[in-house]
Amino acid sequence: MTTSDDVEIPIATGDDVVRVRQATRTAAGAARLSLVDQTKVVTAASELARNTLVYGGGGEALVSQVTDERGRAGVRIVFRDEGPGIADVDLALTDGWTSGQGLGLGLTGARRLVDAFDLETAVGQGTTITVTKWRR
Amino acid sequence: MTQPGSAGQTRIAQLLTEHRDDVLGRWVAAVAGTVRGRITERELRHESEELYGLLVRQAADGPAGTAADELRSMLADLSRSRARQGFTPSETAVSVFALKQALFSLLEEKADVDADAKTYREFVLFSSVLDDLGLHTFETFAAAREQVIADQAESLLELSTPVVKLWDGIVAVPLIGTLDSARTQVVMESLLQTLVDTGSRYAVIDITGVAAVDTEVAQHLLKTVVAARLMGAECVISGIRPQIAHTIVTLGIEFADIVTKATLADALAHVLRQSGVQIISGGQA
Ligand SMILES: Nc1ncnc2c1ncn2[C@@H]1O[C@H](COP(=O)(O)OP(=O)(O)OP(=O)(O)O)[C@@H](O)[C@H]1O
Ligand SMILES: [Mg+2]
Repeated sequence: MTTSDDVEIPIATGDDVVRVRQATRTAAGAARLSLVDQTKVVTAASELARNTLVYGGGGEALVSQVTDERGRAGVRIVFRDEGPGIADVDLALTDGWTSGQGLGLGLTGARRLVDAFDLETAVGQGTTITVTKWRR
Repeated sequence: MTQPGSAGQTRIAQLLTEHRDDVLGRWVAAVAGTVRGRITERELRHESEELYGLLVRQAADGPAGTAADELRSMLADLSRSRARQGFTPSETAVSVFALKQALFSLLEEKADVDADAKTYREFVLFSSVLDDLGLHTFETFAAAREQVIADQAESLLELSTPVVKLWDGIVAVPLIGTLDSARTQVVMESLLQTLVDTGSRYAVIDITGVAAVDTEVAQHLLKTVVAARLMGAECVISGIRPQIAHTIVTLGIEFADIVTKATLADALAHVLRQSGVQIISGGQA
């Protein structure tokens, strides 16, 4: 279930990555996540937003506050791009592997930083990654 | 096109001249209502009188006259200064639009004038001139505002990157806020430059004020440390708060053999020791 506080942010420049980070921080604060968890989900959002920009050729992020069936609050962010897609997901999800100049830790690191991580990708069509962090 | 009146005077120009004090008074009152307190009544009065003079000339000469150009440049100056003073676009454009209201209410009160079709046509024409001028102030305002923002962003970039000398041979750079690539680059460059300029052997990079450290920020930090090493200087990273430490570990970033300290004070004590400075508490003996 999502609420009406959803924020949709286009990702086309480095400033947009900052915007995604700020929106995530706001939503995580509103969901009353602990400071450590807020920092974790913000960092994950930062990684995924930058991947959307750098590899996906731009796209968008949808930041929302969510509640699970037991009433637990959380933050969910969906990153969507229509870029080249990821040909070898296992490889991309290997610590230290990068096709560019990065540390190759963004994708795997983001997955460890959140509670739920879902990756859908198709070569030539794009990538959608959904992450959720719940309040403890 | 409305032709100027017999003596080169349009009816509007005549009305504006005849009822100068009345219209001007209403105009200034309307503008004052929106900009209250941020411009003195006298300044506003002065500004409006100047504009009014030009508008009367413009009404008499038509858009081809020299008054039109002067008007535009005066309004451009006005918009720019309003933008700098932090007015909103509507507060700025009201300087022009309010005159229409003032003139219209005058026309309404003079019933005989109202019936005059020629005056009416002229009023419509004049009011479209005013609309143009109003839009012109909007545009100049927006351009000026963007310039202000660009200037601020640039000065923030510089302001936010102070490299300070802590001790002979020890410099420090406190990083604050959000680190994007452009900012980090500026910080790191000025740090390396300061190392050269001051001949310092130690640098403390304090990240207490940084909201989050992701792989990009980490990479910038690592590169700076390596570059500093190539120049014969050692870097210490301080101010790693618990939530940041958690995140860095979870991300899998390794700071390898880089010295990290919890606080700036710890880092300073460390590099002082490294450089052979002894701190002795001030006893009496
Ligand atoms: N949205 C995407 N579209 C296409 N390819 C992607 C996308 N996101 C990630 N990838 C691929 O997955 C690889 C691994 O991504 P990851 O974020 O882990 O590392 P990185 O971005 O290269 O470096 P780092 O994030 O550590 O700075 C990337 O190098 C890229 O090839
Ligand atoms: Mg990445």
